[in-house]
Amino acid sequence: MHLRSLTLPLSIVAVLALLAIPFFPQWIYLVFVMKTLCFVLFACAFNLLLGHTGILSFGHAAFFGSGAYIAGHLVKNYGVPFELGILAGGLVAALLGAVIGALAIRRSGIYLAMITLAMSQLVYFFYLQAPFTGAEDGLQRVPRGTFLGVIDLRNDTALYYVVLGIVAVGLWVVWRTVNSPFGQVLRAIREHEPRAISLGYPVARYKILVFTLSAGLSGIAGALKAIIFQLAALYDVHWHTSGDVILMTLLGGMNTVFGPAVGAAIVAALNHYLDPFGAWVTVITGVVFMACVLAFRQGVVGELGRLLKLRRPSRPEQTADQPARGESQP
Amino acid sequence: MLAKLPSRTAALTSVVLALGAASGTMASNGFSDDVVRIGVLTDMSGIYSDLSGEAAVEAVRMAVEDFGGEVHGVPIEVIYGDHRNRADTGASRAREWYDNDGVDMINDLSNSGVALAVAAVADERQRHAISNSASNIGLTNDYCSPYVTHYTYDAYSLAQGTGKTIVEDGGDTWFFLTVDFAFGIGLEQQVSDVVREAGGHVMGAARHPLDTTDFSSYALQAQASGAEIIGIASTGADAINAINALSEFGVSPSQRPAALLLWFDDIVSLGLDTAQGLLINNAFYWDADEGSREFSERFYERTGRMPNMAHAGNYSSTMHYLNAVEAAGTDDPDAVSEKMRELEINDFFATGGYIRPNGRMVHDQYLWEVKAPDESEYDYDFLRLVATISGEDAFQPLEDSTCHLLNGG
Repeated sequence: MHLRSLTLPLSIVAVLALLAIPFFPQWIYLVFVMKTLCFVLFACAFNLLLGHTGILSFGHAAFFGSGAYIAGHLVKNYGVPFELGILAGGLVAALLGAVIGALAIRRSGIYLAMITLAMSQLVYFFYLQAPFTGAEDGLQRVPRGTFLGVIDLRNDTALYYVVLGIVAVGLWVVWRTVNSPFGQVLRAIREHEPRAISLGYPVARYKILVFTLSAGLSGIAGALKAIIFQLAALYDVHWHTSGDVILMTLLGGMNTVFGPAVGAAIVAALNHYLDPFGAWVTVITGVVFMACVLAFRQGVVGELGRLLKLRRPSRPEQTADQPARGESQP
Repeated sequence: MLAKLPSRTAALTSVVLALGAASGTMASNGFSDDVVRIGVLTDMSGIYSDLSGEAAVEAVRMAVEDFGGEVHGVPIEVIYGDHRNRADTGASRAREWYDNDGVDMINDLSNSGVALAVAAVADERQRHAISNSASNIGLTNDYCSPYVTHYTYDAYSLAQGTGKTIVEDGGDTWFFLTVDFAFGIGLEQQVSDVVREAGGHVMGAARHPLDTTDFSSYALQAQASGAEIIGIASTGADAINAINALSEFGVSPSQRPAALLLWFDDIVSLGLDTAQGLLINNAFYWDADEGSREFSERFYERTGRMPNMAHAGNYSSTMHYLNAVEAAGTDDPDAVSEKMRELEINDFFATGGYIRPNGRMVHDQYLWEVKAPDESEYDYDFLRLVATISGEDAFQPLEDSTCHLLNGG
């Protein structure tokens, strides 16, 4: 109950803060916030699979990177407008997600993770060799273009509000999916797959559908990143990115809807602000991650939610528990 | 946020070299935010951290100190950042530096992907960028800009230096061991063109993925090709592994390996036993003359290592930029760009060097042979000069450049 009552004011504060960011350029750098927003959408989309369906995909970089390359290629070489480029990036990623998902869900657990990793490596080598990607030099100089043909996106502030809007829609889709009958079926699959089958749900179809949705949203996140930085690079499809998104999700809390968003912000901030430490940055990130895994098993948001729940409403439960234990002892 | 320096030792952290006590109050006209700020964007933690990295930052600091720490009474500041070999990280850091932190010039830019991305940002924001350790000739072709300078070497000069000289020496059949990346393939193609033009033959190529450790099958392919020269179109760890394999399989004494981009540090790690007889193209060698020895010994004292050509280029290009700022009397990018292209570069690194309109710094390149262990008389006495390639021959002729600045557009 208390968590619920806190959620609304907290989200209002968050939204106001996000809207106000462009007015304080001396405090926080706008392009960094946009990059973080892309990872926020990516991590929340990924968590549809990991947190809400219980599927660990170790190949999500394939979707993120495909979105980036397809959007970048279309916008740069075919003069496709910004919005269509983003949509195409998402669509191609979703198609790829449907194909890889259909193959991968034939197995589960570690085998599924290995299949997705293998498939994403295939995709990686495709982009390494394809002539339009520029291999390790990247697909450079993607024009930002205009939004709806009116707003010039070369202006960082304008682009920021557009990105914020698109990411907000993406996050709404994630939230709506989780809080829908469809989302409940997903949780049923996560908790007890045989029971979900016995209840008559076509589990495989549900899994492919959520895989496609997650991949499509990841593709949109990647496409946005390509437009923001005006380039798509191999790192976006590299398995490191697949690892990064798992790290973000675990750090934020995989049993929450927007926990991965917080995780994404933490990882992005660590990478950004620890820069002056040079070679030490990877060591510091590793230690922070170890500390988080040891101290907050449910992720930052998950742990926060648990603390808030423990505070008041649980007290009567505890007192009610004790006599029960006392009774069973003798 | 500013990528300020971490506090290590008092000597290292004295970044703002405001030697003139009153300089802060003298608001000189023409200097943006009363400081000339140089950002060193390099690889601090990845595969190129050894060949540029912290030592590159140190080279730039040395140049600033030798310059006197201030120009027209305005202090010069050095900051650094890590691009982690990711074009997006590099581009966003560069953007932030130009937009928020008042950085006037970015130096080093190891990794071609990062260099191209930062060149695009520099062109858009109209600030300076100088690349010393990237090889991609796109920087002076499609991506050229009045604010971008490609200083030490490029893929074209590597191909000219090594390819042409070796063919003229009689090594006219070639086989390539190429890293399967845009860098390796580009280098292989350029050297092949040069070899064919000079009347040589290319017998074939074996392509290996990045970070290959087992070169046995590639070494055998090279052996089976029967080519006299085995061109190694990779760098760093891959090149080291390839050279080791060629030596272990007994390929190398009879068929001669030519490393197309080997850094001085790579020879240190290979050791003379393995590396002897290798031909390498480097724009700088610490023991070349009095000037380079003087710089290198001071560099060695500060970093514990001998400088390679990128470090020397970092120093020389920073010095040249500061000279241009002094001559222009402002840090206005357009005025500085004009002066940079006008002034000649004469120091331990280059003699009569100059910057072409497309940003290419033209200076002599050298082909070196690695000495045998018994020829080496003192520490780091590794190389013998084989040939000097004049700047005009070493770099891409202006008429071949696709740079848009050249045809009035």
